[in-house]
Amino acid sequence: MTDPQPLLKMTGIAKSFPGVKALDGVDLEVAPAEIHALLGENGAGKSTLLKILAGAQSPDRGTIQFDGQTVTLGSPQDSQKLGIVTIYQEFTLAPDMTIAENVFIGREPGPRFFINWPKMEAETLKLIRRIGLERSPMTLVRDLSVAEQQMVEIARALSMQSRVIIMDEPTSALSSAEVEKLFRIVRQLKSEGISIIFVTHRLEEVIEICDRLTVLRDGRNVGAGKVSETTIDGIIRLMVGREVNALYAHREAGEVGPVALAVEGLTRLRTAHDPHATELKDVSLHVRRGEILGIAGLVGAGRTEMARAIFGADPFDSGRVLIDGEPVEIHSPRDAIRRGIGLVPEDRKQQALFLAQAIRTNLSIAALDRIGRFGLFVDERKERDMVEEYRQLLNIRMASGDQAVGNLSGGNQQKVVLARWLALRPKVLIVDEPTRGIDIGAKVEVHNLLFEMAKTGIAVIAISSELPEVLAVADRIVTMREGRVTGETMRADATQEKLMTMMTLSAASRAA
Amino acid sequence: MTDAQRVTAESARVDWFGMLARFAPLIFLIALMIIFAVLEPRFMSSINLFNVMRQVSITGLLAIGMTFVILTAGIDLSVGSLLAFAGLVAAAVAKGGMQDRFTIGEGAIGWGWELAALAAIAVGVCGGLLQGLAITKLKVPPFVVTLGGMSVFRGAALLFAAGGPISGFQPDFTWWGQGKIGPVPVPVIIFLVAALLAHIALRYMRYGRQVYAVGGNPEAARLSGLNVNWVICSVYVIMGFFAGLGAFVLSARLNSAEAVAGTGYELTVIASVVIGGTSLFGGAGTIFGTVIGSILIGVLLNGLVLMNVSSYIQQIIIGVIIVLAVAFDTFAKSRRRKA
Repeated sequence: MTDPQPLLKMTGIAKSFPGVKALDGVDLEVAPAEIHALLGENGAGKSTLLKILAGAQSPDRGTIQFDGQTVTLGSPQDSQKLGIVTIYQEFTLAPDMTIAENVFIGREPGPRFFINWPKMEAETLKLIRRIGLERSPMTLVRDLSVAEQQMVEIARALSMQSRVIIMDEPTSALSSAEVEKLFRIVRQLKSEGISIIFVTHRLEEVIEICDRLTVLRDGRNVGAGKVSETTIDGIIRLMVGREVNALYAHREAGEVGPVALAVEGLTRLRTAHDPHATELKDVSLHVRRGEILGIAGLVGAGRTEMARAIFGADPFDSGRVLIDGEPVEIHSPRDAIRRGIGLVPEDRKQQALFLAQAIRTNLSIAALDRIGRFGLFVDERKERDMVEEYRQLLNIRMASGDQAVGNLSGGNQQKVVLARWLALRPKVLIVDEPTRGIDIGAKVEVHNLLFEMAKTGIAVIAISSELPEVLAVADRIVTMREGRVTGETMRADATQEKLMTMMTLSAASRAA
Repeated sequence: MTDAQRVTAESARVDWFGMLARFAPLIFLIALMIIFAVLEPRFMSSINLFNVMRQVSITGLLAIGMTFVILTAGIDLSVGSLLAFAGLVAAAVAKGGMQDRFTIGEGAIGWGWELAALAAIAVGVCGGLLQGLAITKLKVPPFVVTLGGMSVFRGAALLFAAGGPISGFQPDFTWWGQGKIGPVPVPVIIFLVAALLAHIALRYMRYGRQVYAVGGNPEAARLSGLNVNWVICSVYVIMGFFAGLGAFVLSARLNSAEAVAGTGYELTVIASVVIGGTSLFGGAGTIFGTVIGSILIGVLLNGLVLMNVSSYIQQIIIGVIIVLAVAFDTFAKSRRRKA
């Protein structure tokens, strides 16, 4: 069988930024009505390629053919006119406007300066029903779940008569039920003749839904072909260019000490003020010195909320926290840090880093006590020594401590955050999605760091949405669902299937 | 390219544009001085230059305080009003009450310049603290709180002054505004010493790190164990301190305090800070930049006066320059992001 004439054909695309060759002669072919996976580690060149397709950046070299015609994508309008629409990982919706307004923003139906509201509402309704969003077009986007907001983005893409929809990490914020629903929509779009370019880190999804794939590494093509003719291991080998067995190494379970942190009956209920908050219901757990406790659960299970409550970042209604068996009052992150608790938050850029500031100041901000002079001053020599110590210990790849942390890759940024907490020598370290958005090589390094920390006697709580990661790093695993602890198991007894069951079914229905 | 290669490639490349952006205010200042020197010979005389510096020193003091505020992504519109109020209180103390407000000489010994200075600073600090508490405890945005403060302190000043100025101080008071040490006016020395201390606080003290952190990312600062509200409150207190100090020096220089003093200062002061490269979004900026920004505005106004440009046109020029400075900053940032 010969391949059909490609709908989109990019040939020899190159793009350089000062000091970095982001793309170096990349080809991409997408057939009509095809779901095409675009894969690669962070920094492989995916985002640059997507930006070129969206018309946000122009390539230095290379040609783009669409429907057999050579085209120039000089602006986002050019791309949209051809029917190439991108749905970014961070949505571009206006939360205080209605679904209909968001779908037709800038293209409202109606004469000249006026908006034909009935028409806009009716057309929006048609679009959102087509993809199964059971909401009124006049609902405010603010009141929608993340998955529903994504459907609004898809509806907007459809309203533009799209022929290629690019989805950048569309599943990263979705629960598995929502992912299934998204996949149904994607398959439906395919059956309507629309091509999808699907960018994801979750390789299982590639196998499940994609027809063909293109793999990039360091700005070059390293593989392309039919998904049915490859395996996850094969894809990983292409992406990382090294053997898979390096991935997700287990550790020898070490000696564990006494209980370092215990939580009893932690409860946090919704208030009228915050009706969408995830509740915590009677959460009890403990972690011992030198132990890594894994927390598994779907999005919305209350994992992050529990971590933030323990750390004093959010208040809770009842329950107590004990350190070394002593109940402690924690009302703020300051209190928690004083008690020896650290938190690596789930969103590195929003919650942990000062992106425009130097690596040095990012690393030392919580541990200024350690590098103080006369109590009030910062001893910069001690600070540089501290940065150097952790640069070596964590293998942070950087030119100098004065470099802005925002210029580092995701993996190295995360290492800076970990170093910040290690510098405080915590008793308990909670890491929330420690490897989110970082490439596979750096993931393994972060896992090894967690092992090292546990070896030095730190009690580690590791929260992760990726079950293979939980299974790799944890000695013991607690599962959560809808704000409750639903089970506990030793790593040796755990499998992905068993954890998934504990995460998705209530105790009662499992017993039945 | 691997990470390691990329890092070396980046460090090897000299970022000319970044250097230019960083020193743009200084380059602009030097260029401006050359232009004025060519167009107007009187400009470069040492008398005129010290005169410029003496004028700059008052708004410069306020701009130092404003740098702290803007570094936390805040703003203080009340500086001019607070300065007027603090100046009147200082003047009343210096005169030993209101009964001798216009007397010059024997009748008005008063309570000494020390107490007067202390009173001005106390008023400034209290005013700043009140606003800081309103921002952190009542969760009202700084723009609104200090817009209110602008009106409150101006009203308080008018009420306190009861319609007229308070003038005629002892020579040891006016020395702080009119005196010289060698050829250098005292206010200039106060300004430069204050700038040096503020530079040390921001650059070398733990407190400075906290200010930059809170301005750069308040949520990350909170989760790093910083007391964000305390830091935010403190920068308004510092601003108040400098408003008080500025009020004292201004009253001494003019040998008078009045309720309409400092009107429109917020514009000049914010302009000095912004032109000096401090980001209105917080987390980036230096005292060195603010000093340059303050001098730049002073030189510009002085040069325009020497060239007989009307004060109305001066206002227009200042306004345009503020917008251009921020536009340049945004442009430089977007370039850096693309790189």
